[in-house]
Amino acid sequence: MITYPFQYKRADSVADAVAMLGEGGKALSGGHSLIPSMKLRLNAPDTLVDVGRIAELKTITVDGNDLVIGAGATHGQIASSSVVKQHVPMFAEGAAHIGDPSVRNRGTIGGSLAHADPSADWPAMVLAADATIVVQGANGSRSIAASDFFTGLFSTALEDDELITAIRVSSQADAKMTYQKFAQPASRYALVGCAVVKSADGSVRVAFSGVSDTPFRDSAAESQLNGGASSANAASGQSIMSDHFATEEYRRHLANVYLKRALAAVA
Amino acid sequence: MSNKFIGQSIKRVEDKRFITGKGRYTDDIKLPGMLHAHFVRSPYAHARVVSIDTAEALAIPGVVAVYTGDDVAAINGVPCGWQVNFRNGETMREPKHPMLIATGDTAKHAGDPVAVVIAETKEIAIDAAEAVLVEWDELPAIASPADALKDGAPLVHSQFPDNKAFDWSFGNPVEEVDAAIEASAHVTTLEFVNQRVVPNAMEPRAYIGHYDAVADKYTLYTSTQNPHLIRLLMCAFVLGIPEHRVRVVGPDVGGGFGSKIYHYTEEALVTWASKQLELPVKWTSDRSEAFLLDAHGRDHVTKAEMGFDADGNIMGLRIKTIANMGAYLSTFAPAVPTYLHGTLLQGLYTTPKINIDMTCVFTHTVAVDAYRGAGRPEATYLLERIIELAAHEMGKDPAQLRFQNFIPPFDGVTQPGYQTQVALQYDSGNYAPVLQKGLDLLGYDDFRQAQKQAANSNKLLGVGFSTYVEACGIAPSAVVGALGARAGLYESAQVRVQPTGKVSVFTGSHSHGQGHETTFVQVVADKLGIAMEDVELVHGDSDTVAFGMGTYGSRSLAVGGSAIMKSIDKVLEKGAKIAAHKLECAEGDLEYGEGKWTVKGTDKSIGFGDVALTAYVPHVYPAGLEPGLDFSSFYDPANFTYPFGCHIAVVEVDKETGKVDLKRMIAVDDVGNIINPMIVEGQIHGGLAQGIGQALFEGTIYDENAQLTNGSYMDYVMPRADDLPMFETANQITPCPHNPLGVKGAGEAGAIGSTPAVVNAVLDALWSGGHNDVKDILMPLTSERVWRAMNN
Repeated sequence: MITYPFQYKRADSVADAVAMLGEGGKALSGGHSLIPSMKLRLNAPDTLVDVGRIAELKTITVDGNDLVIGAGATHGQIASSSVVKQHVPMFAEGAAHIGDPSVRNRGTIGGSLAHADPSADWPAMVLAADATIVVQGANGSRSIAASDFFTGLFSTALEDDELITAIRVSSQADAKMTYQKFAQPASRYALVGCAVVKSADGSVRVAFSGVSDTPFRDSAAESQLNGGASSANAASGQSIMSDHFATEEYRRHLANVYLKRALAAVA
Repeated sequence: MSNKFIGQSIKRVEDKRFITGKGRYTDDIKLPGMLHAHFVRSPYAHARVVSIDTAEALAIPGVVAVYTGDDVAAINGVPCGWQVNFRNGETMREPKHPMLIATGDTAKHAGDPVAVVIAETKEIAIDAAEAVLVEWDELPAIASPADALKDGAPLVHSQFPDNKAFDWSFGNPVEEVDAAIEASAHVTTLEFVNQRVVPNAMEPRAYIGHYDAVADKYTLYTSTQNPHLIRLLMCAFVLGIPEHRVRVVGPDVGGGFGSKIYHYTEEALVTWASKQLELPVKWTSDRSEAFLLDAHGRDHVTKAEMGFDADGNIMGLRIKTIANMGAYLSTFAPAVPTYLHGTLLQGLYTTPKINIDMTCVFTHTVAVDAYRGAGRPEATYLLERIIELAAHEMGKDPAQLRFQNFIPPFDGVTQPGYQTQVALQYDSGNYAPVLQKGLDLLGYDDFRQAQKQAANSNKLLGVGFSTYVEACGIAPSAVVGALGARAGLYESAQVRVQPTGKVSVFTGSHSHGQGHETTFVQVVADKLGIAMEDVELVHGDSDTVAFGMGTYGSRSLAVGGSAIMKSIDKVLEKGAKIAAHKLECAEGDLEYGEGKWTVKGTDKSIGFGDVALTAYVPHVYPAGLEPGLDFSSFYDPANFTYPFGCHIAVVEVDKETGKVDLKRMIAVDDVGNIINPMIVEGQIHGGLAQGIGQALFEGTIYDENAQLTNGSYMDYVMPRADDLPMFETANQITPCPHNPLGVKGAGEAGAIGSTPAVVNAVLDALWSGGHNDVKDILMPLTSERVWRAMNN
């Protein structure tokens, strides 16, 4: 199919992009979710603001104790980054299992988070890593905790004129962490994606993608585990999605299996 | 005659243009003044068109015309090419399949078109189609063939009060089969669904209609498997235009799997519209339309019972099946569940009594027609699932149960062909060695040891067998005519030797990925003893190729290749007359080889090129012989060909999640003589991927409103390279006794044998884990379905 007509603007800097978004428009990064939905005419922005060539968004750096991943870093770039592997290895491991090579070479972490597909891989990972989403708007920059960022199905705490600029996460080189995914066989999105981070002090953070219509930190499972239990029920109290590939009952079962496998991986 | 090329894995000559992006497909063709069509389609599976308002669309700049069903109401619908009457003699019910649904009529499946917008660009046509205002009255709809027969089911065609297109019985009288099953010591019963799948050719359908008012001639460019058949159907049955005023061109075609055999409404519409507008009109399907509108495959609901005596010999097979035809009867649709399915239920077994009872029904879905294998995969799935289950139930080894019941070997030359209980006579077969070879490749004994050990681990191991025989090289015209075909199924070929000895071969076969430009040229070059570079294959154009029935049913080499062989024989026969005249000897003193005629026992010879030149410059020439060296032939096969083989799958099943991991796929196929082993292996690989796809991944999902809910690659699971193991393939060669090349056909075998092997393997894994009561899991075997089978 062919998209509805739209205006295309290319931003050369974050400031430029924020100004353009303030005039109305939707940010375009890798385009791997946005463009297909536009071609199906399910999404029809008047203006696309292309942020894909802003150099300052593509860097991956270490700032003090924090790993700072530019929002424009591609999944492939993160998967192969030695600093990511050193400080938050789960991000590299998880990124390597997103889509296929062409998706990983185009799609970006910022684009994925802003799109907030409940079955995408990044949400579970940034939640379990307790990352912070750094955004820039007309009124300046602010930081949103990952646990406050996802507000519903395809919706986030991001304002219309705000752009994600970076993902900031404290170095967790001394933690054990894993992202375990049961892929939907057609899209390869997560039918269940379970991220677990076990800190050096033994405390555990658990988060899921693909299970509920909003990615979530599994606080019920965390309190069981941090209370000394060796296993936990996944997704207690969560509303569970159901589709062609997994009914609610099977998805809940898979969430339990994948929590168990993830815990085994960080044991 | 030398075999310099035949039997060699020559690299495909067409691949240079394909893999460098230089193939020329229909959508690549741009004609001056060309307009673009976009259809307004029903969003409902069943809805009456209350009114259509085209004014707003017509007002959009760049829109040239908007046609509705009312504009084409007087034109015939696209026809069905095969008639199967009810068993009581009532004529098959054949509803009109109009190009566009008229006001007051009902759309009968989602995507049924009601109007077409023709505009200067594709973008304008798409935008304007959204501006066509259609008022719909939505009606209840059904998608499942079993639902079609329920009391009170919504009717697809109000004039057919039970949704039946026809019913049909075949094989031995049912009383005899009942008695055989009654007398059996063990009866295995299996109820299952052979689910509906989407063909998914890589190139979507595309058409350009071009009426040239000066020449008073139409040209249709179409992504088709059979240009001449499309011309015949469109001219004679739909548009009523004289055939000699129509040229149909099939340029490069990017896959079909059956779906591009049929004559579709859009093809006729763009041709008709180009006459109205006197400009070329192009339509290219998008992927969403391809999911919705390309004829689907399979879709059977079956109950099968197989009886055995106390020793495990098959006594009888009784089958009841409901087959989905969709909303309209597509070109070959009635033949698929009947004469391409019921006739294959002998399999490779000596089953003495067989009866099938088939009911073919209309539903509010797009048409179902032949899809890679067309009826034979359904027959093989039935047979190979039930015999494997029978072995499990009787505590017998599934391989041994097959060996015990195989038809003994017959070569069709010194021994007669095998007469089945279901009309066909197999040409040649030798079944036990392909299964044995499969077992050897598998390492059967070692596998069973490994399986026992795995039963206590987190992953169960299973092996599944499938031995198949299929009917290819379709087909003897008199036979298919007696069975309801409205066409003959011969093939034509012309071999034109140019004055310089270069050769143009015109074939009615039409490659849509099979590599004819290589395989056919290998044959011609070898038979004439000339270089492959000196032979050109011409196909896919009704103005250059005299006639053709096209490429499907694994027929091209067996039927099209045989027609070429007949023309080559004529070339050599006439060439010998010219050579004898030039060499001043008797024809009987000549032998042909290495591209020249030689006087036996001497070094006197004349080359093929010199003879060709003489034929066109006939100064020194046999008296009474016509100049020229150019022969046409038609070949109507004496019988179908019957390839066979053994496919073995090994799977691992995750006990916790139900996820199936295909670990090994072994295919031992006997497709007769092989011209190009690499191309045959490629055909087998592709077929295996599709057969495995049906077992594990693919399948339509319709909701309660008969809407296809998984019509995209985000939801419809195509098999990918990382889902598949490295295939282990081997061949046995039992030549076809009744065609000159001894070939049987390899295009569909992979898709025919593999599906039941994979499903049997999953069941075997579950049985090894103690889930002995599981008889069936619905395809595709999703993780959840397998998990539920282990946990119900």
